[in-house]
Parts: sequence; C-alpha cells; structure tokens
Amino acid sequence: MQTFFIVAILALGFLITFQIAKASEYVAVLRGYEKARKQTNKINGFMLLAFLIIGLIGVYYCNEKLKGKILGEPASDHGVLVDRMLYVTLLITFIVFVITQVALFWFSYKYQESDKRKAFYFAHSNKLELIWTVIPAITLTILVGFGIFYWFKITGDAPKNAMQVEVVGKQFGWEFRYPGRDKILGKKYFKNVNPAANNPVGQIWDDPANHDDIFVEQEMHLVVNKPVKLVIGAKDVIHDVGLAHFRMKMDAVPGTPTTMWFTPTYTTKQMKEKTGNPDFVYELSCDQMCGKGHWSMRGTIVVETQEEFDAWLASKKPQYLVANPDKDPSAPKADTVKQVAAVIK
Amino acid sequence: MNVHSGVDAAHAVHHDDHGHGHHEQSFISKYIFSMDHKTIGKQFLITGMVWAIIGGLFSVLFRLQLGYPDQSFPILETFFGNWAKGGQIQPEFYYGLVTMHGTVLVFFVLTAGLSGTFANLLIPLQIGARDMASPFLNMLSYWFFFIAGIVMLASIFVHTGPASGGWTMYPPLSALRQAGDGQKIGTDLWLISMALFIVSSLLGGLNYISTILNMRTKGMSMTRLPLPIWAMFFTAVLGVLSFPVLLSGAILLLFDRNLGTSFYLSDIVINGEILPNEGGSAILYQHLFWFLGHPEVYIILLPAMGMVSEILSVNARKPIFGYMAMLGSLFAIAILAFLVWAHHMFVTGLNPFLGSVFVLLTLLIAVPSAIKVFNWLTTLWRGNIRFTPATLFAIGFVSLFISGGLTGIFLGNSTIDIHLHDTMFVVAHFHIVMGVASFFGMFAGVYHWFPKMFGRYLNNTLGYMHFWVTMIGAYLIFWPMHYQGLAGIPRRYLDKSGWVSFNQFGELDKMITIVSIIVFAVQLMFVFNFFYSIFKGRKVTTPNPWGANTLEWTTKINPGHGNWEGEIPEVHRWPYDYSKDGRDFIPQTEPIGANESKH
Repeated sequence: MQTFFIVAILALGFLITFQIAKASEYVAVLRGYEKARKQTNKINGFMLLAFLIIGLIGVYYCNEKLKGKILGEPASDHGVLVDRMLYVTLLITFIVFVITQVALFWFSYKYQESDKRKAFYFAHSNKLELIWTVIPAITLTILVGFGIFYWFKITGDAPKNAMQVEVVGKQFGWEFRYPGRDKILGKKYFKNVNPAANNPVGQIWDDPANHDDIFVEQEMHLVVNKPVKLVIGAKDVIHDVGLAHFRMKMDAVPGTPTTMWFTPTYTTKQMKEKTGNPDFVYELSCDQMCGKGHWSMRGTIVVETQEEFDAWLASKKPQYLVANPDKDPSAPKADTVKQVAAVIK
Repeated sequence: MNVHSGVDAAHAVHHDDHGHGHHEQSFISKYIFSMDHKTIGKQFLITGMVWAIIGGLFSVLFRLQLGYPDQSFPILETFFGNWAKGGQIQPEFYYGLVTMHGTVLVFFVLTAGLSGTFANLLIPLQIGARDMASPFLNMLSYWFFFIAGIVMLASIFVHTGPASGGWTMYPPLSALRQAGDGQKIGTDLWLISMALFIVSSLLGGLNYISTILNMRTKGMSMTRLPLPIWAMFFTAVLGVLSFPVLLSGAILLLFDRNLGTSFYLSDIVINGEILPNEGGSAILYQHLFWFLGHPEVYIILLPAMGMVSEILSVNARKPIFGYMAMLGSLFAIAILAFLVWAHHMFVTGLNPFLGSVFVLLTLLIAVPSAIKVFNWLTTLWRGNIRFTPATLFAIGFVSLFISGGLTGIFLGNSTIDIHLHDTMFVVAHFHIVMGVASFFGMFAGVYHWFPKMFGRYLNNTLGYMHFWVTMIGAYLIFWPMHYQGLAGIPRRYLDKSGWVSFNQFGELDKMITIVSIIVFAVQLMFVFNFFYSIFKGRKVTTPNPWGANTLEWTTKINPGHGNWEGEIPEVHRWPYDYSKDGRDFIPQTEPIGANESKH
C-alpha cells in the first residue's frame, strides 16, 4: 500500500511538473517569445550567482559538519608525510577552486545578455595564454617535487632494525606470520597449503627458518616506535592491506609478494585516550574488490610496548610444533597427538 | 581534393530527395538499418538513453542499500526475488549492480552514447560532407554496439547473476569461477560483450578519422574546423589506439578462464583448492586494462569539452578564446592520456621509481586542463550570454570539471594516493570529473542540437528544472563523499556497521541516497521531455535558431540524407566570428570582406 502511494505521488508530481512546463510555453507565446526569453535569462543569471554564494557557504558548512569525522592525527611516521602533502595540496587547490569558480559564476552573472551591451570580440592573447601555462606549470612542479620526495622516503628501503611480519589475504580474512627468534620468515610454497594439516600459509617444514615462525589470524600485533616491514601476499585473488590510521596501503597480489614499511607512533591505548573513544581499535581493511565478502574483510591491529609484545608472542606456539606435535620438546600428552592425527585423517 | 567525389554522391542523394513521395525509403532502411549518419547518431543517442536509465536505476538500488543498510524494502524482494531476500540487497547482487552500473555508464552511455551520437551527427554536418566515409561500416558500428548491449543485458538474467568483479574486472577474481557466483557465466558474457563493443568502437573510430581527414568541404582547412570536430578526432584516435589493447587483455582473460592458460594466474589456493597455474602475473592485466582505461577517461571527456567550447562561444556571442591553445591543449591531453595509466596502480607494488615518473606525467595533464578552463572563463568574460539550457549545462560542465580536476591533483600524487587509493574519495573524484561532467556535456549537446536532429525544440522550462536539480544534486551527492574518502572508507563497502573507523557517516549516506533518487527522477523527466518534444515540441521556424556560424545550420531545418540540397557550401573563415566588426555573427560560408579586421 505504501509503495502504491509513493508511486501515485511520484506520478502526480510528474504530471504537475509537465503541466507547468506546458503552460509556460503557452505563456511565452502569449507574452511574446522574445520577451519571455529575456525574463528567463535574467532569472537564470541571478540563479547562477545565488548558486555560487550558497554553494560557497555550503562548502564551508559541509566542512564544519564533517571535518570532525575524518581521521585525526596520523598514527605513523609516514602518515605525517602523507597528511602534510595532503594539506599542502588542499591549500593550493582550494585557492584555485575559489578563484576559478567565482570567476565562472560571476562572469556568467555579470555578462548575461543585455541589449545595452555588445560582446567584446577577443579571440586570443599570447600573453594571457603564457601566464596561465607558466603559473600552473610552476605550481605543479612544486607539488610534484614535494610529492616525489616524500614518495621515495615512504617507499624506500626499510631500516635494518625493522621487524618483519607477513600478511596474507584470503577470501575473506587475514593471516599473519611472525618470523620468531631467528627473525627470518621461512620459505613457503603455495602447493603446501593445507589448513587441515595446520599449514595454512604453505610453509616448507624442511626449512629450519620455519621452525620458530608463529602464525596468527585476524589480529596483528605491532610494537610502538619500532619500524615494521610487512611482507604482503594473497592466496586467491587480489586483496589490499589498507591501514587508514597509519595512512598506508599496499595490494596483496597472489604470486607477486609486495612490501611496505612504517613506524607506528601511538599504542592502541594512547589512541583510545587521544580520540576519547574507549572502543578505538586500529583496523585493517581490504581496499581491493575481492568478492562478495569484500566489505566485511576486517582485521585488527594492536600496537603495544615492546614488553607487552614480547609477552604476547611468547604465549604463541610456533606453527611448526602445532603441525608436527611429535617434534614438540614440551612433550605433549599422547591423547593430543591422537586428536591431531584424527584431524589430519 | 575530396569535394568532387562528394558531389557525385550528392547527385544520387539529391535525386532521392526529389523522389519524395513516389519512391520513399522503406521504414526498415530509413529508421532501422539506416546508413544516414544523422539517423545512426539518433540510434546511438536513444540506445544510450535506455542504457543510462538502466545504469542509473542500478545506482539508485545500491544507494538504497548504502543509505539504509538495516532497513528492509519488501518491494525489492517482489522484483528481484533471491537477489533481495527479505527485502535486503544481497552482497552478490550489490556487487553485480555496482559492476553493471560502472560498465554500462562508462562504455555504453558515455562512450557509445556520447561519441556515437555526436560524432555521427556533427562530423559530416560541421565539416561539410554528405555522410561518413563509409556509411556501411558506420551502420555496422551501431549494430555491433546493439548486440554488445544485448549480450550484456542477457548476463543480468542468467541464474548466477551478472559479472560482479567491479567494472575493471581484475583477475584473478574475474578469472576464477570458484571465486563467486558473479565470476561464473556472467563474467564470460561480460567479456564477450566487451569484445563486441570494442569492434563497434573501432569501426566508428576509423570512420570518424577518415571522414575528418578526407571529406572536408572546400575551404575547410584543419584550423577552420569547429572545436567539437577536433575533440571527436582526438577521441577517435585515442579509441583506435587503446581499445585493441583492452581487447587483447579481455581475450587473454577469456583464455585463462576457459582454456587453462596462466597469463594472469599464479600461486592460487581458492576455497581449499590448489590450482596448478604458475608463472602468470595478475598485474599484467592491470597494465593492459589501464592502457585503455586511462585514455578511456579522455574518450569520455574530450567530446564533452569540444561541445562545451562550441556552445559557450555561440551563446556568449563571442569567439572561443585561444582557438589554437584549445587545440594544442587537446593534443597535449591526447598524448599524455597514453602516458599516465600506471597512476591507477601506485599501490600494486609498482617500482617506486616508475611510480614517480607517472606522478610527473599525471600532474602534467593539469597544465593543458588549466589552459582549457582559463580559456573558457575568458570566453565568458565580456560576452553577452544567453542562458539556454545548453549554455547552463556547459557552464555546469566547466564548474564540475574544475572541482573534479582539482581533486585529481590529490590522487595523481602518489604520496597522497597511498591513503586515498580505492576510497570513496576516488569515487567522488571520477564521478564529478568524468561522470557528471561528461553527462553535462552530453545534455548541453542534446539541448543545443535537438533542433537540428528533430526540427523542434525541447521544452525550455523542463530543461531549466533539469539543469538546476541535476547541478545542485550532483554537488550534494558527490561533494560530501570526499570526506568519506578522507576518513579512509574503501569503495564498494555495502555496509559499514561492522567497522569502528568507518561507521560515522550514517546520516550523510541517507542524505546522499535521497538526493540521488530525486536526481534520477529528474533524469526521467528529461527522457520524457525528449520523446514528447520529438513529436509535440515547439517547431523550429528558422534554419539557424541559435545564430551560429557552423555549417550544420546552413542545411534545411530537416535535412534529408545527403544533408545539403544542391552544392555543399564552401568555407571561407574559421567558425568563431561572433560580434566581430559590430556584426552579431558571420557564418563560415561568408567570404572575408575587403575591410574586415583580422582576428
């Protein structure tokens, strides 16, 4: 019933609009077409000016209303560079925006048709063309210069002391691997992937570097003020590691590992205080369309102090021992072995 | 050099015209398998409009989901059954809608609908030719487009639904049937449809180029061409050089899907299944895709730019400012369009050095774009402007092009792109600068050349309402979206309630949805105005209703096949002599007077 009413109202609206439009044509014919046209011209000229003024107020209002909802301070060293570049660009483009839009609508209003005036025949001027070629060129050179300078800083090699974490995207979740005590991620091969045998990322157990690697899902832990290099991959389709708070992003491509590095500068706890939001959590979003669960492919990140991190990592058992319980020196009980064996079967 | 062959053809056509009444063309050869460029242009326009309604409707549906993620709309279930179980749009359906919306609007509406319509209509009329170089290929171009549309339409009705990998169709997602329902037969149909579409676009493009180069009337040198023709020329060149690359990309993808090749596939474990493919590169597809994909942006924009230049000049009663600079900037944009594709790929793991080169080349495009904007502004300056609906849409185009162009400076800078890539900021940017702006160019063109197409005017009042609602609506929809992007909200998220960082824009999303429904309703009003005015609009009484200089207004009000009765007029001057030496306008056909001042 409600639907019917909505359709009926819409149809009525159409009908009325159409009748007004038709009537306006008749009026134009009655009053003299030329006269009616000039009147409409004035109205539209005024509307353009009104659009400019209300529009600029609207831009201001929109900014006031929404600026508190965009991200606050960046939570990484690279994020500071990204934001700085963003604000420099914003400043320059905003000036250009205001000048050009004001000129556009003001000229439209000011030079609307009038019987008193003739248009000014002005076909070209090399001087003017030169001015508005050179000024944008110089401005853009500055933006390109800064941009590339920051870009190389951000994409340059990670510092030697950076910790490594492997991030793997899959439909629709995240997996992480820590290199363990030897600080080396063991080799892997995709045909070894076998979650049932506790080998979700396809580690090659013959590689001793794999023996202390730790595997976790959905939640990544990082150390505050310590550079971290993410080694990124994907199992099935392209995903993207999006870290909005750190202003970092990198695609996860099956078959082609990618990397990025940054230094988190605030712990989760500090961010909770900064934002005044007790539920604050660093989120890891998939930013590349990856299938029907794309929108829900959420991971979280805990940034903590070195001590907290060490304690967390120590609580985890290397995946090698989970997959091969017989190699576990902490001597598992016989029945766990049986259970694992049953799972493998 | 070419005029004479044109005259011969003209004679044949001439006879046809006289034969009015006794041997009239049959309905089928006149309106369906027509070889008259004007009819083909109208066919492209009307087909494009049908697709625009379909594509627009898709966006309204997914906007409903975005604005009201928790609410149930039982009517959706009535229409879409399982796709909207419980009155809620299901994720697969959502992604199907998004993908189809993008594909349909980018390719079917803003490429075929825009170029197809106005290149066909304007090229022969404005350069002074009887028809296209090959009317038959021209007809074929439309029918390939039509079949491509049928295949795409069919894909919406298959059991597993249409392609749902996004309009960019990145593999491996699009290469693997296991990845989801939309990756099954829907994606094959999508690829086949695109292949057909590319054939259509190549046939059209080759025709436009050869017509412009070979069939100009006497005196119509290249630097006397109206700017829309130059824009169509560069558009066609871009299309002819870049569409084949997409075709190859699509064919390789079809091979990967159906013949077991590994062009794009390597190291894949999907749903627990380990695939044998090794050694392919998923990124290769992105290079092939964006080698078309970026020029495509200009394929969409350039015709709009050309028409806006013409319309602003005619209605400001002033010559377009800096004709040669306009031409040079078109040329620069066309060249640079080929050299910036990797700016879509800054975060794919691209070599950072390569990335920096693409930053430079991308931001370089802002220079010719700025030249164009300043030239449009100067064209308006001290003019005597008539606000026809076409003029308003042209002014709106410039405003949107400025707004959307400036946000491109953010995205083209790789440092900022790290944060903004694939967020709502990108959605806002390209909808303003290439979506809505090109639509405005198209609307301006329709309002301006409707009298030429049908010998009647569109209803003005509806035209003004159409403009104002669309203009205000476009800004209301897309301006606040930038803020969502700055907050890091990724594209194609159909429900953000599970996220702590992205869940703060509920009210805004509702507002955007309501505005987009209103804007869509107003487009329907335009469609109504269009069809109503074909039959009932106010009749055009003078052959040159806008007082324009270009050749299309020297034909009869309703030109027949062959365009001019008798000789094709000769051209003596450039097309922008408005308000020169105290005269309102001087048509291109008028010889230069003895005492005339130089421009």
